[in-house]
Order: sequence, then structure tokens, then C-alpha cells
Amino acid sequence: MASETEILTGADIVVRCLEEEGVDFVFGYPGGTVLHIYDALFKRQHEPNIPHRLQHILVRHEQAATHAADGYARSTGKPGVVLVTSGPGVTNTVTGIATAYMDSIPMVIITGQVVSSLIGNDAFQEVDTVGITRPCVKHNFLVNDVKSLAITLKKAFYLATSGRPGPVLVDIPKDITAHKTAFEYPKKIDLRSYKPVTNGHPGQIRRAADLLLSAKRPMIYTGGGVILGDGSDELVELTRLLGFPITQTLMGLGSYPATDKQFIGMLGMHGTYEANMAMHECDVLLAVGARFDDRVTGDVNKFCPDAKIIHIDIDPSSISKNVKVDIPIVGGVKNVLRDMIKSLKETGKKPDDAALQQWWNQIHNWQEKNCLCYDRHCDLIKPQFVIEKLYEITKGDAYITSDVGQHQMFAAQFYKFDKPRRWINSGGLGTMGFGMPAAMGVKLAFPNETVACITGDASIQMCIQELSTCKQYDLPIKIISLNNRYMGMVRQWQEMFYDKRYSHSYVEALPDFVKLAESYGHVGMRIDKPEEVEGALREALAMKDRLVFMDIVTDQTENVFPMIAAGCGQHEMVLSPLSPPSLRKETIEEDE
Amino acid sequence: MRHIISVLVENEAGALSRIAGLFSARGYNIESLTVAPTEDPSLSRMTIVTYGTEEVVEQITKQLNKLVDIVKLQDLTEGAHIERELLLIKINVSSPSATADVKRLTDIFRGKVIDVSEGCYTIELTGTGDKIDAFIKAVNPKTIVETVRSGASGIARGGRALHPFNIST
Ligand SMILES: Cc1ncc(C[n+]2csc(CCOP(=O)(O)OP(=O)(O)O)c2C)c(N)n1
Ligand SMILES: [Mg+2]
Repeated sequence: MASETEILTGADIVVRCLEEEGVDFVFGYPGGTVLHIYDALFKRQHEPNIPHRLQHILVRHEQAATHAADGYARSTGKPGVVLVTSGPGVTNTVTGIATAYMDSIPMVIITGQVVSSLIGNDAFQEVDTVGITRPCVKHNFLVNDVKSLAITLKKAFYLATSGRPGPVLVDIPKDITAHKTAFEYPKKIDLRSYKPVTNGHPGQIRRAADLLLSAKRPMIYTGGGVILGDGSDELVELTRLLGFPITQTLMGLGSYPATDKQFIGMLGMHGTYEANMAMHECDVLLAVGARFDDRVTGDVNKFCPDAKIIHIDIDPSSISKNVKVDIPIVGGVKNVLRDMIKSLKETGKKPDDAALQQWWNQIHNWQEKNCLCYDRHCDLIKPQFVIEKLYEITKGDAYITSDVGQHQMFAAQFYKFDKPRRWINSGGLGTMGFGMPAAMGVKLAFPNETVACITGDASIQMCIQELSTCKQYDLPIKIISLNNRYMGMVRQWQEMFYDKRYSHSYVEALPDFVKLAESYGHVGMRIDKPEEVEGALREALAMKDRLVFMDIVTDQTENVFPMIAAGCGQHEMVLSPLSPPSLRKETIEEDE
Repeated sequence: MRHIISVLVENEAGALSRIAGLFSARGYNIESLTVAPTEDPSLSRMTIVTYGTEEVVEQITKQLNKLVDIVKLQDLTEGAHIERELLLIKINVSSPSATADVKRLTDIFRGKVIDVSEGCYTIELTGTGDKIDAFIKAVNPKTIVETVRSGASGIARGGRALHPFNIST
């Protein structure tokens, strides 16, 4: 602890602030403008008996630093921290910052800037960092005096982690990291311009409770906000209390146990038939920590035509943005759900049992369509089968990160997440290249857990250089690459909407992934027969201390079903050719 | 509908571009935007004139409120309010009759001639945007040398005020 006030340089202050915040890992990459900070890290590393020691993780590309910090944040709930240099260091992080921003992930990004006197002069490695990142951060700062450095970092952590979380960037000119001042880290911070609401309006909560009790065909639809707001326990309690069916968005998976009978699958573009149909037919919708994203709603004009909607969200601007709601409740998900449970119990009333029974019968009917069916007798490896096996072998208990594409959707559909913070993917921005670095962040946070990255042959190449980081820090993650030699998701759209003109979606000149993994010092495996899948997965997962790259050669023609095409409503899904023909919608409209 | 939104914002570098950026990124309309310091040096006040459906304007106010630099916001259009804009206009007055016309018009609109040089009058006029539009329309367009408008400023009528104190701690 800082006893008497110490006089420190800005660089030392940065390190001390991170220690005070209890930061375990800083993901970064050095360069000219952060050299003082890297020097401070070096010196601090060699000091004995410091109260809290942080570890710097040297990535191989700044984008990976942000994704790794992001994976750490998503899996732990704590903010991820990034340290990069000015100019190209900053621009390389933008994809990762935007990824975190779209999914409201708490992150603090510290960037070096050219010396104050040169700002605006097109100096070497100068970019307008706060300008470039402004649209994809919750807030950002340019520090112009060493005296305000500590308080600015305090503000950054506070903003990143409170209210609706998000990335916050602090840009520090190099001269400021050399200037000295008395170091004092504020214990608390109060911003007059920033007061996130925590509790919901009691009257609104009572009205919502009454509406829920009056429902004949209720639905609960929840998103990433339940995970971010640690509201999983309350969500489970409320859902069980009501006995209602529940569906979740891609970002919400795990906050309600997927193996529970009230869970009817993910909704949206590649959601289950039953979830989307139930959304379409419901009369009361309880939306919690979800934002009515276009991938969820389909055509908003056809969205939940009969439903009265209750929406709980911490961000008022998420409410009635895309879909007008009847009972808005602004507040933290955890608190509002807790109060709602209380309110429901106080009424002494129960939901309409007979109506609910009928509603469940209807849902069970929809479930019989078996919308996630796939060909189990194929000679080629089906991607779905790989995920099913992975689920079985890991007993649903692994941390799963993913990239973007068909493999991501198969992972979401076939890995049943029973716990929050286990499913880690870029939902909002859909960033290819996210999976492996995110898995590094998770593995650092949970060294004793199984961490697998489900990826594709195209996505994995976007941050493949991080195999080197994994070697340096001994991060034995399992990379499960569903190799279909295509940008499968792009190929699927081209097949369905562009008359099979496969423009630039074939992934040519793939490397030999086994040799590639080996050259980085890891284990590589190539699997191309269905009967080898289970054994290989078991073997790979048993290698607890090795990174294993599994190059799994899958059926190139497989598509993700069900699918809601652009312009269609939730009930207008295209189903797998294996589903009963009466259910398939033959006319699909062209996308944008 | 046209809305006048008053905003108290932390007097920080970049606050203006955050607001301007929000409008362009989300495709909101902006008719005018004015910024100036207030009696409290830590705060600036902005007046934003925008238009859109009720849903869009609701989103605009919510999105503005979400910006960390914004201390307080008020949609003046929700209650009785006063709106003023300043016009400075330079007009050619080549003949005595033209001079008389311009002076008469300026009187009718309760403007002031604030600068006179050879063949040229500069007039100052305040009022609502409508009044300023009307004045400009009444001037012979061939004689207008230059116009500059401040954009609207607004304040609520009566006791309603936009003040940071009731929220600062
Ligand atoms: C950085 C980035 N560029 C482009 C895209 C568009 N995109 C979405 S899915 C996809 C194909 C992904 O291919 P692959 O990783 O092999 O996964 P698959 O769909 O084959 O499972 C592309 C190019 C994206 N999401 N992210
Ligand atoms: Mg592929």
C-alpha cells in the first residue's frame, strides 16, 4: 500500500494504479511512446514483496491483446486491460475495442501518445487516438497533466465496469509518463455527469408482475445483459417460479441452464424452430438484458405481433429503440429480477395453469419437428457431430470460445451451456479472429479448466500468430478447427441467395495446420473420418499441458438451419432439407 | 417535429465532437448547434435544434444522456420556452431609395443597423428562426452580400431551469 505519499513518474503511476485495481494481467505490445511504462513494468517486476503483482502478457499483434483482455473479462466479469503504443499500435486495437464495445465488455485500454508538444504535428506514429476510437468506446480520455493521471485511470475503471459496461481508453502522451507527481489513488469516484440507475421503478415492476400473471402464452427472452449484470441466479429463480418457457440470444447462452426443460433453445436467425415460433405466438414477452438486435427480431414489423412486452435493461437507450415496449424497466438486471420475484410472491397469485399447460403442449409440438436434425450416417464429418461429441466428453463444463461463421452457430446450437460466462464469442460485431486470443485470456484466468476454441479454417488464420504467445506463456488451449475449406457462412449465403456463385469464399492454399502447429511447438492433429472424432477429442483433451490444434476436415456442403432470411419474420424460417417437407418454407427472399 | 434540446456538458476537450459524432453516426438530423461557456467555467451549454419522429427524438435524448460528458439535458419543446437567434446581414444600398427601404424593413422587424460603409449596411436582428427567415425573404435577394446566423439559443419560460446543482453531490 502507498503509505506516505510517494513522488512517482507517470509511468510508475500507471503501474501502481493497475496494481491498486487488482489487475492480474495486462495484455500488451511495446513501442516508442510506452517505453517509460514498459520500463516501469520491468523495474516493478524486480521489486520484492509488493502487495499485488500483475503479469504482462506479450501478444504478437495488438488486435489479439484486446481480444485476450476481452476473453479474460467475459469469463471473469473483471475488466480486461490492454497496453499499446501510439499510431499503428492503436489502430491495430480498434477491431478489438469495437468488438468489446458491441458486446458491452468492461475493458481499459491504455495507449501511448506522442509527446504533448508534438500532438497535432503529424509526428512519427501519431494518430488522433481519441478521435479514431470515439465511436467504439464507452468513453475515452487524453491525459494532459501527470497530476490528473491517477484520477483518470480511476475514472476509466469505474466507467468500464459500472452501468452498462464497455471499453474505456486512456491516451497518455509520452512526456506525461516521465513527469513526476505525488501518487495517490482515489478510493472512490463520483462523476456528476454519470449516474447509472441500479434499481428498477417499483410501480413498473408491480405492473410487470401483474402482466406476467395474466399471460396465457408467455415467453422469457434474455440476452447478454443477464450475464454482464450477474443476474443468472435470479433469472433461474424467476423462470422456475413462473414455469414459463425461456429462450436466449447468442450472447445470453448459459445464464439459464440449457439442459433445463423450460429452455427451448436459442432464438433468432439460427435459433430453434420452437423458440422462434413461440416468440411469434406469445402474448406476453419478458425481455431481460437483451436489445432486440436485428439478428434476433428478423423483420421488426412482423416481430411478436400479439405480445405485450416488458423490457428490463440498465441502458434506457436500449429500450424502445427497435421495438416499442409496453412496460419499460430501467435498472440493473439482478436487482430488478430480485424485486420482481418479491413482487410476484407478494401477490399470492399463480400463473394461469390451464393456459400454460396448453401453451407447453403447443411448444412440445413444435419441438417434435426436431429442427436441429442433421445427417448422422454421412461418410464425412458433420460439424454438428464434432460439437456434440465435445459437449459429451467435456460434460458441458468447458469454456468455449469461438470465431465467426457456421462453426460459431453450430457451437451455439449444439454445446449446451449450463453456466454463465462459459460461452465466449463476438456476437455484436462478429469478429473473425476473436476466438484464439479470447481463449488465451480465459485460460490465463482459469488455468485448471478446459478451454476450447471452436473455429473455422478462415477465421483461425486471422490471429494465427498467437500460437506463439500460447507457447511463450504455456497456454494449453484446445483449438478445434472445423475445416470445410470454405468461408462456410459466406458460401451458405451464396448458395441460397446468389444462385451458387461462390465468389471468393473458397479458402485456397490452406497451410498444413498440423505442421504449422508443430512449428510453433504445439501438437497438431488431422482428423477426417467420423469414427475418429471421439477418440481424437479424448486424446486431445487428455493432453492437459499441451496446446492441441485439431484440424477436423468436415463436410463442405453443410449448412446452418433453421435460418431466418433477411426480410422474413421469426415464424418464416427455412428448415433443414431433412425436416418434414410440410414445414419447409420454400420461398426465401433475397438479402441486402 | 422540430425539437430544441438544451444540454449542459462538462467543459472537456472533445465533448463537442462526441455530440456531433453521435448525430452523424446514428443518422440524426441536426438543424443547428450552438455552444458557449456558462457562468460556471466547468460547464458549457449547447442548444441543439433537431427534427424527427417522436421515437427518433426520444432516442436522441437517450443517446445524448448516455454520453459521459453530458451533465444534464432538457427538451425545451416539451414546455413553454423562448427561442432566439441572431442574424447579421450585409446588404447593398446603392441608391437613396434602397437605403430607405432597408431602414424601413429593419425598423419593422425591430433590427438595428450596426455598421455603415459606402454602399453597404450591416444589420443586426434577433428573433425566432421564423422571424429571421421572414426578414431575409423580405430583402431583395440581389442586394444581399452576406448573411450569418448564430443558430438558435433557447431557455424555458417560468421557473423551469437547466441547472447542474440538483444532481451534483
Ligand atoms: C473480420 C471479418 N471479416 C469478414 C467477416 C464476414 N464473415 C462472416 S463468417 C465468414 C466466414 C468464416 O469462415 P470460417 O472461419 O472458415 O468459418 P465457417 O463459416 O466455414 O465455419 C466471413 C468471411 C467477418 N465476420 N469478420
Ligand atoms: Mg470454413
